[in-house]
Amino acid sequence: MKIKSMRLAMSGLALSCFTAMSAHAAEPKVLFFYNWTDYYPVELLSKFEKETDIKVTMDGYDSNETLLAKLQAGGAAYDVIVPSQSIMQTLIKQNLLMEIDAPSLSNFQYVKEPFRDPVFDPGRKFSAPYLWGTTGFSYDSARVPGGKLDDSWKEFFEPRKELHGQLAALDTSSSVINAASHYLNVDECSENPQDAKRILELLQKQKPFLKMYSSDNTVDRMASGEVIMMQNWNGSTARATLQKSTIKYVYPREGLAMFQDNFAVPKSAPHPGNARIFIDWMMKPENAAAVSNAIAYANGVQSDALLDPKWKVMDAINMPDEYASRLRPEKECSNKARELQDRIWSKLKG
Amino acid sequence: MSVSSTSPALNRALLLSPVVLTLLALIAIPLGIMGYISLLPRNTYGGVDWQAQWQLHSYVQLFYQEGFDGELELNWVYAQALLRSVFQAGGTTLLCFLFGFPVALWMSSLTPRRRNLMVLLITIPFWTNLLIRNYAWLIILREQGWVAQSLNALFPSAGGITLLYNDFAVSVGLVYSFLPFMILPIYSTLEKLDWRLVEAAYDLGANRWHALRRIILPLSMPGVIAGALLVFVPSLGAFITPAILGGGKTLMIGNLIQQQFGTARNWPLGSSLSFLLLAILLVSLVLYALYSRHAAKNLNRGAKA
Repeated sequence: MKIKSMRLAMSGLALSCFTAMSAHAAEPKVLFFYNWTDYYPVELLSKFEKETDIKVTMDGYDSNETLLAKLQAGGAAYDVIVPSQSIMQTLIKQNLLMEIDAPSLSNFQYVKEPFRDPVFDPGRKFSAPYLWGTTGFSYDSARVPGGKLDDSWKEFFEPRKELHGQLAALDTSSSVINAASHYLNVDECSENPQDAKRILELLQKQKPFLKMYSSDNTVDRMASGEVIMMQNWNGSTARATLQKSTIKYVYPREGLAMFQDNFAVPKSAPHPGNARIFIDWMMKPENAAAVSNAIAYANGVQSDALLDPKWKVMDAINMPDEYASRLRPEKECSNKARELQDRIWSKLKG
Repeated sequence: MSVSSTSPALNRALLLSPVVLTLLALIAIPLGIMGYISLLPRNTYGGVDWQAQWQLHSYVQLFYQEGFDGELELNWVYAQALLRSVFQAGGTTLLCFLFGFPVALWMSSLTPRRRNLMVLLITIPFWTNLLIRNYAWLIILREQGWVAQSLNALFPSAGGITLLYNDFAVSVGLVYSFLPFMILPIYSTLEKLDWRLVEAAYDLGANRWHALRRIILPLSMPGVIAGALLVFVPSLGAFITPAILGGGKTLMIGNLIQQQFGTARNWPLGSSLSFLLLAILLVSLVLYALYSRHAAKNLNRGAKA
C-alpha cells in the first residue's frame, strides 16, 4: 500500500509540473488525516491525491475519547479529524478547533438542509458533515421464532427464551446506556440517581442472557452466525446483510441513538489550507457517495441518487421516512451524568 | 586512567548516573505525575484542573461512593475487580508453574544444542503481537471452531459446551501469553543444577518423587519465584485478554483503569486505582524480598552446620 501510494505521489509530483499551482502552494502538498478505524475507503484517497497532488497520510482511532486525549495532550500534528457530534462542544469550548467557516467552501451548496446548521456547531463554523448513522439492533430472521421480531427494545433487553445466550451488546457504555434510557423513557443524560438505578436494574437483568459485550468485529459476528441478535450500527448491519440476506435491522419505536460525524481542523494543524481543500472535496456528491457505497453509512451531502442499488434496497441504509421521528441525536452529557453512567457501567461489570 | 585521578565516590556517581537518570526519567517522573493527578479534581471536559487545591477525593472514591439513593455506602465494586484480578493472576501463575516446571525440567535434560533450539521455539510466539495471538485463540475456541465442535461431538449429553467468553477462555489466553516467562527462569536455574546432588539422594534411598520434592524443587526455587513474579505482575494488569476472550462481561482492574482514562474521563480515579494496584504489587515484592532473605539465612545456616 505504501509503495502504491508513493508511486502515486511521484506521478502526482510529475503532473504538478504541468498543472497550475493553487493559492495554497506555499504549504507542502501533504495532509495528515486522523479518522476512526475502518471508516474511510482507502481507494478514495488515491483519487484525491491524483486530483489535488496532496499526499494523504491516514491514522486511526477507536473512540472520541482517544481523539480528545490526543488533542489535549498537545503535540499531535493532524490536519483533519472526524469528531462525533457528542464531542464537538467539548472540542470547541476547549479551544481545540480552528474556525473553517464551512459555508464559505464552494461545495457546501450540496450539503443537505438538516446538516447545515446543527446545534452542536451553529452556522457550521468549525465543521462540515461526514457520515451519520444509528445504533439500533440487528437479528437473523431465519433463526428467530416466527421469523420476525417486534420493533421494540423489549426484544433486546428482555429477550425471548429462545434467544437466551445468543445475543450480544456493544461494549461501549454510552451506547448501552443510551439504548436502556430510551427503552425506559428516561433522559440519557439524566443526573437523577433513581434513573441510574432503574437503568442498572434493567441491564443487570439482561446480562445473564448475553453472550458477550463487544464492539469489535460486528459485521463478522452477525454474518458468521455467532449470535442471533445484537445491538448494532446500521452500516455494520447492512454489510452483514450483504453476506447473509436474512439479517434485519431494527429501528426501535422507543427511540434509538443517532450519531453524526464531522470533519474538523485542529487548532494545531500544520496544513490548514490543504485541510480546507480536502473538506471541500469531500462535500462533492460523487466523493461523498463513494464513501457511502464503500462502507455503508449515509452521508450529509445530496448524493442519494448515486447510492449503490445494493444499499438502496436495505432499510438499514435507506431509512424509511416513518422512522425519522424515532431518531434521538446523541447528546453531550454533563460530568455529573457521566459519573452516574460510569457507576452504572462499573457496577454492571463488577 | 584519568578517571582514577578523581575521587572514587565521584567515579561511582558518574558511572551510575545513566542508570539513575533512566530510572528517574522512566519511572519516578511518570509516577510522580500520576500521583499528582490523583490528588487533583477532574476537569469539566476530561483531564484535570492543574491549578486546583490538592484533595483526597479520588482515594475516598476507591472505597466509598454515594449510592443511587443518596447515602454514602461502602463501594465493593473496585475491591471486587481487584480481588478478581488477583485471583485470576494467582490462578494463571499456578497453572503456568504446573505446565512450565515439567517443560523446564525436560529441557534441562537435553543436549546443549537441542536446549538452545527449545529456547528459540519457546520465544518464537513473542515475535507476534499479543493482540493477534489473542485473536488467534478467539478463532480456535469459537463455537464453529474445531475444538468446540469435536468436544460437543464427543459429549453430546453436556448440552453444547461453550469455550469462549468465560473465565476459562481468559485463563487459556493468560496462561498461553505468559507461560514462557515461567519456563525460562526455571530453566535457567535447572540448567545450573548440580545433578550429583540428585544422584546422592538416590543413593540415600530417595525415590523419584522424593528427589524431585526435596532436592530439585528447593534448588530451583529462585527460578520458580522469579517466574511467578514475572507471570503474576503482568497478568494482574492485563486488560486486552479479559476484554477479548472474556467477552467483556467482567471487569478486571486493568479494564477499570483504562475505562477511567477513556470513556469515564476521570483521570484522578484512574490514577488512584493505579496506585492501589501498585501498592499491592509492592507488597508482593516486599514479601518476595523477605522470603529470599529468609532463604539465604537458611542456606548459610545449612552451610555452617
